[in-house]
Amino acid sequence: MGNMKATYLQPVLTAARPTTPPACLTMGPVVFNWAPQKWRDFYFRIADEAPVDMVYIGEVVCAKRLPFLAPVLPDVMARLAAAGKEVVLSTLALNMNRRELNLLREMASEEAVLVEANDIAALSLLNGRPHIVGPYVNVYNEGTLDLLAKGGAIRVVLPAELPGSSIALLIETGVPLEIQVFGRMPLAISARCYHARAENLHKDGCRFVCERDPDGLSVDTLDGEPFLAVNGLQTLSHGCLNLGQHMMDLVCKGIRHFRLQPHMMDMVEVARLYRNLLDGHLSADELAATLPRPDGAAFVDGFYRGIPGLSAMEM
Amino acid sequence: MRGDGLRGATASLELVCPAGTPAALRAAVTAGADAVYCGFSDATNARNFPGLNFSPDEMRVAIEFAHTRAVKVLIAINTYPQAGKLQLWHQAIDHAAEFGADAVILADMGLLAYAADRHPTLRRHLSVQASASNRESISFFVREFGVKRVVLPRVLTVEEIAELNSEISVETEVFVFGGLCVMAEGRCALSSYVTGQSPNMNGVCSPACAVGYEMRGDEMVSRLGDVTIDIYPAHAPAGYPTICKGQYLVRGERQYLFEEPTSLSALGILPHLQRAGVTAIKIEGRQRGKAYITDVVASFRQAIDTLGHGGEKRAAALAHLTEGGQVTKGAYQKSWR
Repeated sequence: MGNMKATYLQPVLTAARPTTPPACLTMGPVVFNWAPQKWRDFYFRIADEAPVDMVYIGEVVCAKRLPFLAPVLPDVMARLAAAGKEVVLSTLALNMNRRELNLLREMASEEAVLVEANDIAALSLLNGRPHIVGPYVNVYNEGTLDLLAKGGAIRVVLPAELPGSSIALLIETGVPLEIQVFGRMPLAISARCYHARAENLHKDGCRFVCERDPDGLSVDTLDGEPFLAVNGLQTLSHGCLNLGQHMMDLVCKGIRHFRLQPHMMDMVEVARLYRNLLDGHLSADELAATLPRPDGAAFVDGFYRGIPGLSAMEM
Repeated sequence: MRGDGLRGATASLELVCPAGTPAALRAAVTAGADAVYCGFSDATNARNFPGLNFSPDEMRVAIEFAHTRAVKVLIAINTYPQAGKLQLWHQAIDHAAEFGADAVILADMGLLAYAADRHPTLRRHLSVQASASNRESISFFVREFGVKRVVLPRVLTVEEIAELNSEISVETEVFVFGGLCVMAEGRCALSSYVTGQSPNMNGVCSPACAVGYEMRGDEMVSRLGDVTIDIYPAHAPAGYPTICKGQYLVRGERQYLFEEPTSLSALGILPHLQRAGVTAIKIEGRQRGKAYITDVVASFRQAIDTLGHGGEKRAAALAHLTEGGQVTKGAYQKSWR
């Protein structure tokens, strides 16, 4: 009986679909230490060519990198806005001192700009006005999600480790959600700089060695298996998330924002491929076969399936 | 027992000790703890190990016992509730209130709101898992949920802790001994990346069920899930395979990239922490047995009672209780970064 009912209702559901907003792609903030010119050129090209609706920019990992981006930031924001992209300014994921907090205050006071809060301090400063909650804030359940929405969150980017079963329940709250579908996943943040430590340096005298690895420094197990990728204070998965197989299901459940995490590759092409998937012009298998991979990393989707996050996607 | 402040005007450091079992709780109380922290036997606390923690009845009895000795009991309900399962976490808070716990230690915003709403007189401490590392974050938790004490994440130097304490109105508690997280607590998914279970979601890091050791020729390999964490000579003691204490290949070289297999001891800098305005010091180790608890708690009791009179020298006496004998002051010293 249940099946018959579903079949009977199908035309009605399909007819109703056009009234919901279409699913869109967002470009997450570059988390790596790219040279300012490269960083600027990357965003210029995204502005001009990538089929994404929203673009996040700003340093989220290390305050020491900020002075390098500051001079090119206004040009990038102007170019993206002129291209019709919604620009979101992302905050640092870990704020530890007065200097970093002052910077946060400056960003939060910029009323004309939409800000993505990546820690509780940013949430506190943005409380009461529209903002986005980033993936570095712990949101695991409907209780917290409701509170965030009451505080002014217009969209919440969910943490990487949430399983699909939790995501499905969180969708039911009606709070708009965004989910990363491509790129290495942020797994941890620390006060200690592992890039510096790998070179026998300390954070204070780091010589910005993180700029050598535009997609993160590969960390292999002693058996030689690729495992993690280090990006200064941040630890990322070595595996590259690809939720292509689950995106149409997520669209049906109500997700409208899908995040691509920038890597040093043709991200315009990556965005086109995911756009084609959403538009029904490409299958998930075709997407996986065509997508570029950072450092040849495996595609993973374990977190979504509720199993170890490093589990490879089943083709 | 419950009141506005856990301590009066005396500047002595409050000693907060772990208890994974009723026996460990009695050991901690007897050895000189000012407060004991513990959790219920389920996913609501961040040490959700088999055979550990308290049933509701055990908790009720434990609180009665501690209170007869003027020792406080703080109940850790510090994981992040899973979507659709809030009831279990709410029940834990209700039980804590009913049994007369001196405080609950919480991390999740939704739970803090629940506790503040349903049990306004139950003291709320902010768990280290909430990773409140600056004045603004702490102000948020104080303003929104009436938090009275913050357990600081292990990312700050002593100087930064002093600066922070001069800017906030609530008490701070810091870890001084035991296991050492090198990542900001509550913001690490390394364990679930490898095992599917994490501190935030399941209350476990590198769970024992995923641990394996295997001999390869004359070497011992420690593994977590499908990942090799370290390789030891067969005769050397093999450590527990925690991801952040593992040995890896970085640009072809073997490195303990995140941290050596070491543990935290801030016994030597207790006077500095006291001068930095810290209210309470905390010992990690709810998974530890009562002999260990007795030894460590008694040592810290003596160190606090003789602060400024050579009590710090007790540090050497605790060397046998640390992993491989190696200790670090961790983030408390700036060079650690």
